[in-house]
Amino acid sequence: MGQFILRRSLASLIVLFLASIMVFLGIRALPGDPALVLAGESPDAATIAAIREQFGLDAPLPVQYANYVAQTFQGNLGISTKDRIPVADILVERLPVTLELTSLAILVGLAIGVSAGIASAVRRGRSTDYVATGLGLFGLSVPHFWLGLIAILVFAVKLRVLPASGFVGLGEDPVENVRRMVLPALVLGTGLSAVIMRQTRSALLGQLSADYVRTARSKGLSRSREIRHGLRNSLTTVVTVLGLQLGALISGAVVTEQIFVIPGFGKLTVDAVLSRNYPVIQGAVLVTVTGYVVVNLLVDITYAYLNPRLRLSGASE
Amino acid sequence: MSLLEVEHLRVEFATEDGAVIAVKDVSFTLEAGEILALVGESGCGKSVTAMSIPRLLSGDDLTLGGSVRLNGVDLAALSERQMQEIRGKEISVVFQEPMTSLNPAYTVGHQIGEVLRRHEGLSRRQATARAIDLLELVGIPDPRRRVQSFPHQLSGGMRQRVMIAIAVACQPKVLLADEPTTALDVTVQAGVLDVIQNLRDSLGTAVILITHDLGVVADVADRVVVMYSGRRVEQAPVQAIFSRPQHPYTVGLLGALPARAVTQGGRRRLTEIPGMVPPPTSDPDECQFHSRCPRATSACTLERPPLGEVADGHLVACYHPGPGGHSAR
Amino acid sequence: MSNPFNPPTIAGAAEAGSPEAAVLEPARRWRRLRQRFLRRRMAIIGLAFVLLFLLLALMGPLVAGDPSEQHFDAVLQGPSFAHPMGTDDLGRDVFARIAGGARVSLLAGVCSTALAMLVGVPVGLVAGFYRGWVDPIIMRLNDVMLAFPFLIFAVGLAAILGASLRNVIIALAVAQFPAVLRIARGEALMLREQDFLAGAIADGTRDAAIIARYVLPNSLNALIVQATVAIPAAIIGEATLSFLGLGVQPPTPSWGVMLTHAQPYLAQAPLLALFPGLAIALVTLGFNLLGDGLRDVLDPRSGR
Repeated sequence: MGQFILRRSLASLIVLFLASIMVFLGIRALPGDPALVLAGESPDAATIAAIREQFGLDAPLPVQYANYVAQTFQGNLGISTKDRIPVADILVERLPVTLELTSLAILVGLAIGVSAGIASAVRRGRSTDYVATGLGLFGLSVPHFWLGLIAILVFAVKLRVLPASGFVGLGEDPVENVRRMVLPALVLGTGLSAVIMRQTRSALLGQLSADYVRTARSKGLSRSREIRHGLRNSLTTVVTVLGLQLGALISGAVVTEQIFVIPGFGKLTVDAVLSRNYPVIQGAVLVTVTGYVVVNLLVDITYAYLNPRLRLSGASE
Repeated sequence: MSLLEVEHLRVEFATEDGAVIAVKDVSFTLEAGEILALVGESGCGKSVTAMSIPRLLSGDDLTLGGSVRLNGVDLAALSERQMQEIRGKEISVVFQEPMTSLNPAYTVGHQIGEVLRRHEGLSRRQATARAIDLLELVGIPDPRRRVQSFPHQLSGGMRQRVMIAIAVACQPKVLLADEPTTALDVTVQAGVLDVIQNLRDSLGTAVILITHDLGVVADVADRVVVMYSGRRVEQAPVQAIFSRPQHPYTVGLLGALPARAVTQGGRRRLTEIPGMVPPPTSDPDECQFHSRCPRATSACTLERPPLGEVADGHLVACYHPGPGGHSAR
Repeated sequence: MSNPFNPPTIAGAAEAGSPEAAVLEPARRWRRLRQRFLRRRMAIIGLAFVLLFLLLALMGPLVAGDPSEQHFDAVLQGPSFAHPMGTDDLGRDVFARIAGGARVSLLAGVCSTALAMLVGVPVGLVAGFYRGWVDPIIMRLNDVMLAFPFLIFAVGLAAILGASLRNVIIALAVAQFPAVLRIARGEALMLREQDFLAGAIADGTRDAAIIARYVLPNSLNALIVQATVAIPAAIIGEATLSFLGLGVQPPTPSWGVMLTHAQPYLAQAPLLALFPGLAIALVTLGFNLLGDGLRDVLDPRSGR
């Protein structure tokens, strides 16, 4: 297990290294002087010179890259061209918002997806199954942003029970924060739950026809015990799916934040692209990719933990 | 009254290509402490016969006929909940594939203890203690350590012993062993069979042993039922089967028929891929073996030969019975 | 045998899984596949949706009219004879814009998938066929590409290249590339081990010919199934990017752009948001149903 974690972490590091090169080269791939690009619109000569100095933009590319990495590790990700605030400060401020949104969405997705998946696998071929698989297919086919608009239409415009948009910090007013997060989290979690439901269903169906479930049945165990046997081995699938869906979740968060005007990472990134705020784009993409790789690593480790065959490899025998 | 009475058992599966009758009118009895062997090629219905006893076959596409009585109680009449009380306690099963029949996510101790907690109400701790005893009983060395093992840490033979430990944990009256040694190395097979035999001797468990290996039958069985194409074609005490086989199919299994037929009908196992080619969906009134039988005459295709007694306890369904190799034509 | 949860195996069932059975003569094989497909009602419904939108995309301007024509005297109207889906805030016919959006949507979905396949399939097949030093390098690059969540990558690309339909197609193609590569590689890896390939290799047939004549045709089923999954995902991707303002730019009609424009008028004209979303949902649902059916028929081992 230790060896596995080590090997897997090393692979993640390599991926991060290569990804950071891509982010680094992205800015350089823009036409024109990178110093001008990083300085934003109508910069003065002093700003340009400062940026040129800070990132060593006159040096050859490998040196520039080393410099970029060094600056990044010191927490220096450049200055936002829009409001002259350090990018790192902006990211630190926006990150918790997105983390809250995605965590809530994962909870929603797991709660709905896993229970619906179990229900439809256990009641395969019955009406429960058809309703669940039908809704699942629909959930897969509906884009987040449309679901968001419909949710606003129904709950905010027609029923007037929840606010249509806006954000209140968790620290400022927890109740209002949750009230404003309900719709976004539901919208973001729905798509996820559809995927989780489908995968849970097929994994559990596969496990329920496995030989060891027949063994459980031959022991006189009840149907619910049998299902628990199968479920234990389907968990790994759920974890894997969650890992695979992480990219879709981040993409969905970008859209959801845009619709509900939530000042998170996604809205930050899109706004930055629309206003050509390159330092912010660069910083946000780098942090997102890093987070993504790290969470994927954690998913792999969890997966290994759930699977005794992997967990114990090398430990005994 | 016998311990187990199977009468006119019929098992039918609905498949995409029509109904498959896997078991046709099979009857037999089983006495306490007896080892009965069900013999035949792959697909002859012997496993299906056995699995239908504890009602382990399931699905909407399944039709069962006939009756199975345990101590006179008709199992078909029991509710699923009552049946659960019987499974693992009165009737238990050892499956063919030790590699896949244990849950990879739980320790063997848990999987053995589970059946004890279910039927004997033991606590987790008591169940583990009993599991250790059971592992010792089935001949697993260092049971105290092994009880913590996961299935993948054990060899195939060990796993099959664990399966047996699970099956006998509650001292069942009937043990169904479905090809318990087929997936194992030859060297391990004898050990597993010994365990089953010892259990019969010490606990008085009756055993239905499903196998296509006549060597195994000769070693451990008391009585033999030979099945062909879902039907019982011969039934006899074990000595009689080997010394005076009557049905040409049995004779073929024993290797007395010419070489060609032996490779077709003898030891060679046909590859098993479920549900691909249309399996026999009809049940014509004829001897189903006639196309492969060296003794076949026109009578064999006119009417199905009835099961008749040729000697005490020796039944055969054939118009041309006898131990001979070729002839009778 | 002896899994009593499955229908029993009967002696003679053996031929079914034999290599000969897999190599039915093409005509018979095709007929069999078609029959199996036609038995699946949901897949037929999916195909119908897809064809409907295809027709709409091809014939759109003929049937529905000019999507850019503005009627300032008829702004934000509900459905009527003249405008079956009403008009938008600039008085443009919503049905005409839905039809125009279908064109953009399918173009983005199909072109990006085709582009990803065009590059990904040869690379994947070569990596799987040769393994050696090529394979790990390609797979590592693949991992790096997977490190970028799709939208983040697309956003980055839009930042560098600018927002346009062409760039959306490029971004979607790049996003699909790893999956295509993986599948093509997996197929090649598996096919390599098959006897008929070993025979061809022993005959001294050129590698390129083996890949083109044996490996590619035998990978087609899996690739077709992948395409039916990828196209709807790409369609949603296009709509998402356009919705965010990073994709197709107005006045080109796009379902995503239409939804952006509909948001401020949710209270006044909710139907404005309904139709484009419904279009996206139906076309992706169509592809998903079709894909499920095709997978059952063409690639049963991938399961669900």
